[in-house]
Amino acid sequence: MSAGALAAGSIRWPRRQHDDHCIGSVSDRVAGSIAAIADDPRGALLADLERPGAGRVPAANLPNSGQAARAFFEFRAERLAKEKLAQRAKKEAQAKGMVVGTADGDAMKPNGDTQAPKPEPAQTQQNQPPPLPAQLVQNEAKVRIEAAVAAEIGFVERLVWFWSNHFCVSADKIVSMAGAYEREAIRPRVLGRFVDMLTAVESHPAMLFYLDNLASMGPNSVAGINRNKSLNENLAREILKLHTLGVRTGYSQDDVTHFANVLTGWTWIGLGEPNHGGEFVFVKRLHEPGEQTVIGKSYPDTGVDQGRAVLADLARHPATAGHIAHKFARHFVADAPPPSLVDKLAKSFTDSDGNLKELAKTLIAAEESWTPERTKLKRPSEWIISALRLTGAQWVVGRVMSGQALLGEAQWRPPAPNGFPEDESTWIDGLSQRVDIASNFAGRVADRLDPIALVEAGLGPLASAETRNTVARAESRARALALLLMAPEFLRR
Amino acid sequence: MIGHHAPSRRELLLASGTLFAWAYLPKLARAEGRDPRFLTIVLRGALDGLATVAPVGDQDWVSLRGDNALTLDSKTSALKLDDFFALNPAMPNLHRMFKANEAIVVHAAATSYRERSHFDGQDVLESGLEKPGATYTGWLNRLLVGLAPEDRVGSNGGRAFAVGPVAPLVVRGPAPVLAWSPRRVLPASDDTIVRLLDLYRHTDVNFARVLEGRTRLTAIAPAGSMEQKPVGQIAGPDLAQLRAYFAEAVGTAAKFLAQPDGPRVGALALDGWDTHYNEGIAAGWLAQLLGALDGALAAVQDNMGPAWRETVVVLVTEFGRTARINGTNGTDHGTATVMLLAGGALKGGRVIADWPGLKAANLLENRDLKPTVDVRAVLKGLLKDHLRANDHALAADVFPGSDDVKPIAGLVTSG
Repeated sequence: MSAGALAAGSIRWPRRQHDDHCIGSVSDRVAGSIAAIADDPRGALLADLERPGAGRVPAANLPNSGQAARAFFEFRAERLAKEKLAQRAKKEAQAKGMVVGTADGDAMKPNGDTQAPKPEPAQTQQNQPPPLPAQLVQNEAKVRIEAAVAAEIGFVERLVWFWSNHFCVSADKIVSMAGAYEREAIRPRVLGRFVDMLTAVESHPAMLFYLDNLASMGPNSVAGINRNKSLNENLAREILKLHTLGVRTGYSQDDVTHFANVLTGWTWIGLGEPNHGGEFVFVKRLHEPGEQTVIGKSYPDTGVDQGRAVLADLARHPATAGHIAHKFARHFVADAPPPSLVDKLAKSFTDSDGNLKELAKTLIAAEESWTPERTKLKRPSEWIISALRLTGAQWVVGRVMSGQALLGEAQWRPPAPNGFPEDESTWIDGLSQRVDIASNFAGRVADRLDPIALVEAGLGPLASAETRNTVARAESRARALALLLMAPEFLRR
Repeated sequence: MIGHHAPSRRELLLASGTLFAWAYLPKLARAEGRDPRFLTIVLRGALDGLATVAPVGDQDWVSLRGDNALTLDSKTSALKLDDFFALNPAMPNLHRMFKANEAIVVHAAATSYRERSHFDGQDVLESGLEKPGATYTGWLNRLLVGLAPEDRVGSNGGRAFAVGPVAPLVVRGPAPVLAWSPRRVLPASDDTIVRLLDLYRHTDVNFARVLEGRTRLTAIAPAGSMEQKPVGQIAGPDLAQLRAYFAEAVGTAAKFLAQPDGPRVGALALDGWDTHYNEGIAAGWLAQLLGALDGALAAVQDNMGPAWRETVVVLVTEFGRTARINGTNGTDHGTATVMLLAGGALKGGRVIADWPGLKAANLLENRDLKPTVDVRAVLKGLLKDHLRANDHALAADVFPGSDDVKPIAGLVTSG
């Protein structure tokens, strides 16, 4: 990862003041704080882990996932009612139109168009706030971006991003909760124990909905017998395959089925319930009775605790330690991380009983984390945050989200439950679009910036002579800044 | 701009477009019953003055630039301005204005800046200060501060007006500015792509490979260098986009200025003039850019309507380019260049130049056209006679330290 990745390419520089006109002083200030970190990068990262409230974001004004889901439920119900009313009106008008047409002996008039709602002018629509679902995601994204842009060091934010992607849900499926889920299940435990995060994640309504567990019922449960319905194995399979052990680590189809049995009854309170709809509930009526054997161990039927017991053992399984260690190293250091580093991380994970703060400390301490090669291509989200931090530019959440979406990393919308990919080959094709975004962005913010000072502030000794020359020789500040944002040293971490 | 679908690239570009700021009303020269309009266009990147207005009557001209010298009998003949100077053939509209006494060329002009950095040169040009440094107000804005508010004008009166996603430095400062940005936002320029490709080839082969895939660019910049960019190979759509952008940006500025109660002073900046490689003076890149600029000037005239006769448009650039062609069929950063003035308020049809000559001994440092006119003298003359700025403000606030730089008188008809 080099000093770059952790400390970190994307998340290292303190935020600039917006109101500062004077080019000279700004860059001096930025450069100074880099020097402070450069003196002791490991210490700076360790200090970030000890910050009070690390990982949390101010969210007093945001609805929790249950509130958001209920609001969304109401929104949809109202929309449906409007549509039905419109249909009814249309039908009535149609009937009327037929009568009139017949009576006149005239040609039939087109379907009662006068009654149809008039299309609003495009202008008005643009000025309206986005509809509730989009608004929910936007508000959550704003808090997330603010936290990343404002962070002094930002290492903990990057841990949040990592774990959020590891345990991803998608707003394409559960739009109301996607943002709140990260705040509720991931953030409070990002420096805690893996087993706690795992349990919080798998029992979060957003995950239960995303991986189809809400209506999964044991074939021998009361509800299963009465309704002649059975299991949905999706959640159980993805926990084993993606969240804990990893693919091809020896679990069998029986393990998946039995684990799915264990998880029956993990669901949410119906969204129509006005006070608690959308909150987690264990419903015994859905739960498969009896003991279940998962990965060679038998679990008696203790209701919701049966599932917790399986999750606790999965969290301690050696395969989980190896899986997490590899993924962690892959994200923070290199697409093909050194095996010695993976071993260190796995050992730390096992020895500390899945203490995620210890895991982060092991990453910081490892020599392999500080090699000079910067091989990781920043993901679009990381690159955009880097650009905002470097320039101190004002940002608008919608535009940041559009930029991410355009580059293939729409916020909380991963293509599959395995999250956004890590590897360079996935993201490098978007380079061409990044040039346009960089140019566009630079055109808006560069006029008050000194690109040459930003090379020092943002890259310092990492900047190659070629990059320095390219930036210095650009024909305008805007073009110079675009080139800086597209320099390999800035794109990589 | 967030929606249920991922926006297309086009939508993103469009959405980033509009931006409004508000402004107050500086008093202009209305006391005399005039209603002057003044538009400043900053050409960033350093315009090659000799390629724009060629000294065809200078006996050293052809030997200086060889095949790249525009002449009256070259394949695409330069447009004759007078017995000594001729205009780039890509600018028929400016030529027409010149013939109608509505355009002036000032040649061998330069600011007080004598180094060769774009950023610093632009700072000096736009700030109006003598030296680069921590500058955050422009001469045009400080001019407005000096012009007292005109009560008679309604709430939509004579604000300063800026075009572009951000107001250029020349118009930034304490006087509020109305800003408008074209909905058309250009994708990254070919120049940026070519420079990145060159950087990647030296630093990151994976990136280079991806960027090379960006269609036509492989053809424009073959591996090894960006020096072999063939003349005139500019993809059709991009050029059309560029023309449209210039015309929209400049033409819209004119529309605002033309309104009876609209702003009276405006500014915008156009990039792209840094022609180190295959400059394309008669038919290539520069010719295309000049053509787009010429079209934009025509748009100003059209959109101004009757207000054209009270209009002055001034085109300035941070510095000129080397007198001689370099080893890559382009020109490097130089010193003196042209200023182009257009508008019905001008006493036009003239080239103003104290011609320094092109013999080696006459060139600055044996490389650049030697400056004989101070850009500030021209600007001060225009601001004084056209906008009625007073001498003291011009010397003290607008162009501080320019007491010795006397305004050039008689540039405008009413002056």
